[in-house]
Amino acid sequence: MNFEFSSDQMLLRDQARKFLQGQESVRKAREILEGDNSYDDPLWKSIIEMGWTATTIPEDLDGLGLGYLELCVIAEELGRSLAPTPYSSSVYLATEALLLQSSEEIQKIYLPKLAVGEIVGTLAHTEDTTAPTQKNLKCELNKNKLNGKKIAVPDGDIANFAVVSALTDKRVVLCIVDLSSKGVEVTSQQTLDPSRSHASLTFKNAEAQILESDKDGWEVLQQILDRAAILFAFEQLGGAEACMDMAKEYALGRFAFGRPIASFQAIKHKIADMYIAVELARSNCYFGAWALSTNSPELPTAAATARVSASKAFYECSKENIQTHGGMGFTWEFDCHLYYRRCRQLAANIGSQAIWKNKLINSLEKANQI
Amino acid sequence: MDFNDSPEEAKFRKEVNDWLSINATPKGKSKDSATLSEEDALKVAKSWQTKLYDNGWACLHWPKEYGGRDSTPIERVIWGQEASNYKLPAGFFEIGQGMAGPVLMMYASEEQKKKYLPPMAKGEEIWCQLFSEPGAGSDLAGLKTKSVLDGDMWTINGQKIWTSGAHYSDYGILVTRSDPTAQKHKGLTYFFLDMKSPGVEVRPIKQISGGANFNEVYFTDVKIPDDQRLGGVGDGWKVALTTLMNERLAVGDASGPDFNEIFNLACKNDLNGDLAIKDGSVRDKLADWYCQYSGLKYTKYRNISALSRGETPGPQASITKIVSGNKLQEIANFGMDVMDAAGIVRPDSFEEEQAMYQMGFFGAAGIRIAGGTDEILRNIISEQVLGLPQDMRADKGIPFNKIPTSNK
Repeated sequence: MNFEFSSDQMLLRDQARKFLQGQESVRKAREILEGDNSYDDPLWKSIIEMGWTATTIPEDLDGLGLGYLELCVIAEELGRSLAPTPYSSSVYLATEALLLQSSEEIQKIYLPKLAVGEIVGTLAHTEDTTAPTQKNLKCELNKNKLNGKKIAVPDGDIANFAVVSALTDKRVVLCIVDLSSKGVEVTSQQTLDPSRSHASLTFKNAEAQILESDKDGWEVLQQILDRAAILFAFEQLGGAEACMDMAKEYALGRFAFGRPIASFQAIKHKIADMYIAVELARSNCYFGAWALSTNSPELPTAAATARVSASKAFYECSKENIQTHGGMGFTWEFDCHLYYRRCRQLAANIGSQAIWKNKLINSLEKANQI
Repeated sequence: MDFNDSPEEAKFRKEVNDWLSINATPKGKSKDSATLSEEDALKVAKSWQTKLYDNGWACLHWPKEYGGRDSTPIERVIWGQEASNYKLPAGFFEIGQGMAGPVLMMYASEEQKKKYLPPMAKGEEIWCQLFSEPGAGSDLAGLKTKSVLDGDMWTINGQKIWTSGAHYSDYGILVTRSDPTAQKHKGLTYFFLDMKSPGVEVRPIKQISGGANFNEVYFTDVKIPDDQRLGGVGDGWKVALTTLMNERLAVGDASGPDFNEIFNLACKNDLNGDLAIKDGSVRDKLADWYCQYSGLKYTKYRNISALSRGETPGPQASITKIVSGNKLQEIANFGMDVMDAAGIVRPDSFEEEQAMYQMGFFGAAGIRIAGGTDEILRNIISEQVLGLPQDMRADKGIPFNKIPTSNK
């Protein structure tokens, strides 16, 4: 049995970690949070130069043709360092959607440009304060014309195109829209985590190209989200571990009642619980990575398990990290809130914990019927 | 990343399975041993252990000369995986073979090893562990059982508690206080003794489940020859730590209803006018338990991978008992809830579903304490894995007999 990343993959993880530390990624996340830019352009350019945007794109489409295990270790480090770039939208969502479900023609147009970061893509699904379902979607596609509005689209104001969910004859379809085309209005939206950019997209008879599929569009969307969930889970895992490490460092250095607060069991047990949550999430993420890299039939179960487990770990660790820091943790100056915000952003971006728990039990029920 | 055996591992797995398939009963085929009396269960277990020994499958990790197989850690894991598919007796030899044996190997004379280890491996002689006392549980080094040396003979007086299997054990490993004027961890001395020695009295303790697997053991002027001392006089704590390290390696998952059992129950029992599995609150709990179940499963796989590469497994193993003990308690409690009032009715046969949840309900309360409480394990994780400092101690640097206790 070899249920571990290879030494090459671990080397890539170490390089990624050092690179992002060298780039002062966390400090840049704070700058984006406090400033007017929607992402850190120099960091984004260096990430492209490292070839990370090309990771899973096949070599004949100008990609690196590497596997998903490589992408997973990169994701973990981006999460750990709060990298303020459109990487996740462009890679986990748009690139993966096109790789999974689009014609060769569309792939040839978009993927070489995505590989070299010439364009950025995203996925637009949310429309309202209620979670999107097959029945409540309001965006409508009619003869390649799209009408409706999407909100909280990650990197919607950075992206050149979006994969959009819509209804056609009461059937869910996915279509691709050039965001600079006529009839598309992009408006930046402030969110709880300004280190990541979001926008609303309004479509008025906008030109849209349907992603052809013999499968139901909703099913295809679930597959895209399942695959993305594993990659986002690695970001959440990296973030959770960063919070645990911050709590540990602070508790070791902070003295109260004449001794480090890390010597009080109330604090030690809190950090031990963070460790337990992180280790369970890590093991579940590894299984997700394996399922993604082998395209296993267990992928839906593995994805939901990794997602639920990593969301929980990041939430536990980011809130208890603030608690461990006491009043300092509640200040703008300390980085605790950057992680607390990112935790909420990542927990919301592809569906809530309740939705993923339900998906997990659905997939186990399905497996049970076979 | 893959889940495949190496060629050597596959070969060993086949050898294990070839032997087990001829000599053991697969799970689910016979349903009798759960209701055996302890006396009969012990007979069955002894004869199975002898069979293992005669065929070279006893104490896999021990050296061959003492009755083992010289197996690698990964081979031990493979045996465990395959053996878990069969209905095999368990629960009598683990303390001896897992804890007493390794300590004897480190500290006993060659003559003693040759005398005591093979019968332990064969299941002829059973060993127990005499560590905890009424006043020394989590704070084990606070133990008071007194040992006094006169010539070549020690005299032991005091009381041990929570001693599993003392009532059928032939020998025991024992930690005592030989110098109450030394600091707490420095005045301890470690022995092994014959449980039939005059002055040893074993009294069973009735547990919350109604059963009595563990005991109080009283020592009144019990004589132990000095050559049965393991380690130096005053070095007992060091020897005890070796034993406890082996205990933590030996403690695995809590046994009892797990995710699959509670999932199946929810798929067939009704709740709120439909199947329980359709209920949102049930699904929420099931998803949490599945994440824990899966997280522990793949944590174990990560450890096995480390073993397979010849590395020592990381500290991840330390989370298993905390997570599985608490999960068992929650699942057992909820399983009975799903069965409504019938969940608390004692069934006629132990094979009935209620029995499994009821045993888990009591068993989990014990697992969360035995072999290191949840709280002590969190200390171990934070100190040994994360490198956080010890809590401030009121007993540091003070002679043992000056430390405040519950009785003074």
